[in-house]
Amino acid sequence: MSELQSKEEARKSFDKMAKDIVRPMQNHFGLNAWVFTLFLILSLFGYAWFLQLRDGLGVTGLHDYTSWGMYIANFVFFVAAALVGMLITAVLGLSGVKWITPISRIAEIIAVSFAMIAGLVIVFDMGRPDRVLNIFFHGRLQSPIVWDITVVTIYTIISMLLLLLPLIPDMNIIKKRLPKASNMQLKMYNILSLGWMGTPEQYKIIHKSIRVLSILIIPVALAIHTVTSWLFASTLRHGWDSTIFGPYFVSGAFVSGVAAVIIAMYVFRTSYKLQDYLTDFHFDKIAKLLVLVSLVYFYFNINEFLVPAYKMKSGDDHHILALFVGEWAVLFWFAQIFGNFVPIVLLLFKKMRKPGPMMIIATLAILGAWAKRFIIVVPTQLNPHLPIQNVPDSFHVYTPTGPEIAITIGTIGMALTIITILAKIFPVIPIWEVAEEKGIDREIINE
Amino acid sequence: MSNKKQDKGTSRRDFLKSSFLMGAATVTGAGLLSSFKGAEEGSGEMVKVMTANGDLVEVDANKLKAVKVDSIDLDLNELQKRGREGIAGKKWVMVIDLAKCRNARKCMEACQHAHHLKPEQHHINVLQMQEAENTAPFYMPKPCMHCDNTPCTKVCPVDATFKRQDGIVLIDNERCIGCRFCVAACPYSARVFNWSETLDEKNGFEETYDIELNVPQKKGTISKCLFSADRLRKDELPYCVSSCPNGTYWFGDMNEDAVTNGTTGETVRFSELIDKNDAYTLMPELGTKSNVYYLPAKDRIFPFSEEDKENLNRRNEHSH
Repeated sequence: MSELQSKEEARKSFDKMAKDIVRPMQNHFGLNAWVFTLFLILSLFGYAWFLQLRDGLGVTGLHDYTSWGMYIANFVFFVAAALVGMLITAVLGLSGVKWITPISRIAEIIAVSFAMIAGLVIVFDMGRPDRVLNIFFHGRLQSPIVWDITVVTIYTIISMLLLLLPLIPDMNIIKKRLPKASNMQLKMYNILSLGWMGTPEQYKIIHKSIRVLSILIIPVALAIHTVTSWLFASTLRHGWDSTIFGPYFVSGAFVSGVAAVIIAMYVFRTSYKLQDYLTDFHFDKIAKLLVLVSLVYFYFNINEFLVPAYKMKSGDDHHILALFVGEWAVLFWFAQIFGNFVPIVLLLFKKMRKPGPMMIIATLAILGAWAKRFIIVVPTQLNPHLPIQNVPDSFHVYTPTGPEIAITIGTIGMALTIITILAKIFPVIPIWEVAEEKGIDREIINE
Repeated sequence: MSNKKQDKGTSRRDFLKSSFLMGAATVTGAGLLSSFKGAEEGSGEMVKVMTANGDLVEVDANKLKAVKVDSIDLDLNELQKRGREGIAGKKWVMVIDLAKCRNARKCMEACQHAHHLKPEQHHINVLQMQEAENTAPFYMPKPCMHCDNTPCTKVCPVDATFKRQDGIVLIDNERCIGCRFCVAACPYSARVFNWSETLDEKNGFEETYDIELNVPQKKGTISKCLFSADRLRKDELPYCVSSCPNGTYWFGDMNEDAVTNGTTGETVRFSELIDKNDAYTLMPELGTKSNVYYLPAKDRIFPFSEEDKENLNRRNEHSH
């Protein structure tokens, strides 16, 4: 009798949970305004890109002494933030950390969308995007760009699988609970659920596949950001010619990625009303994670800047002074303080490890992270080995133009569009995993 | 009257034809022969022609096309092929005598003219240098160093920039995707990019693309110093070298150990020139293995202009 009762209770609790998580998928309050905003951003992007295709990269502020600018900084930013999928699902997941369960899908959604857009950003930076296939026809193995394209593609594919595999049992759960779903949508859920019935055999396979992919994605994720850092470190320029660029980039990537996840958690918690699933406890935990990765990043920053600053080798000296006290000082210190220092200090206080304050801290950290990529990419080029002479004065500075900014914001809009779509067709919290953690019987989950 | 005219005309044509034949026979006999196929009926008049192998052969005069040797119309594939291969047995080298440069900038002009570059685009750039606060300022022409350990060609994802057997680093703007990794990689800032419509595109200049001249220039692709590979193929000195009024440039073949001065035409031993004058290469610590040598700006034959000195000081202050 009591067993039956408890089973009934479990069923009720699971029902409520599934309902709560599925409801926002069909409740489109405020969606129109958001979609309209995205549409505007993408239209502006379309116009700016048309101008760039017609008139060439000359519509940007780029020139021969800053031939990589905003686009490349943006590319590095996207690759960086995409790494969080690996950190949460693989590193923490494999270590048996439990609090990541409701967050893991958000992390994977960010990983997939950011990695996809990173690949696109490179095309927008090309002088001849019509020749992009030359990379396959004439690709040369010794070029870091070829390595980068290879690993970014592999990372995107594995991240997609890590998003889709844990969705299989959820597909089965949600298709009965979406009354407004179209036939097409239901068909898609049917296909993606791959005939899931919840047999022990199926559980064994799915756990094993997720585990194998989680292990696989660790070296690939390290590779994408390490190789991205080599686009700079493989050159002989002041500020890029550094041996620690690989780990320095990876450590910075975790900061921007965790900050991105915190922002997404906050947005979904409030707009999707998921307070019961993305709780203060989860925010507290991920705040501590942000402190940890920021501390590691801090360590690499000290190595990267203070060691050359101690030596003041000729060439490096101009670079360091321009960053510390020169024309780049404002941006540099903004990036260092908000992108690194502030998260460490503020999040040590328990009061700050609440959703509201964390949203602000994470937003500043993301802005700082973007500024930092700009600081890594641009100033080095304006401090070449030989003097900049016999060119217009404008070649001594880099000022991004309107179309350039529109294209950059457009790529961010694209990433947000992908996130929006994914969060509308899939539940943002893995229902079956959270239910299992609560001790709800598999039988009930797969009913 | 009319007969006479005709006679004159005929004889001029004959004269022209025979002079073309001479040129053709000595330089590109083989190439001409291969273009005979499908020509009109023979006239019976036979002409002696020497092939590239040195064989003397007789061919029908009517089967010879009157072409000027300079402008044999090679199609794109042939130009690309010979351009990528380079000139066998050569190892080009440049020596720049800094004591002679007085910032006349004729080299920059000639180069920009030959390669259809915009005023801000330099394959060769005369820089005003001062190594340290109290050392003497000097002018330094800076072409591409045509490094043996090339930072630029290594990073190219599509083999659009490459090093040929004669040491020249070229750029193929038919293949370049415009990623500008080579610009980032070059420590000498030797590369320029066509950010917007090029002069060739603006002027409707539509010759077959010559990889050894990098003309016509194309929007969205790289351009750079080519050691005037097109001139070297014709046994002539590079544009910059031959346009210098001050004897600054020496250019030649390291395998022959001979370099020729572009102003005086004097030819000397390369090894002796760099040995006697204590030549150096630019930033050897970067390990690029440059093929451009500099003779120190010692005993300069010109004063560094006061105006330039002021500019240099201002720049130095600005950057410190």
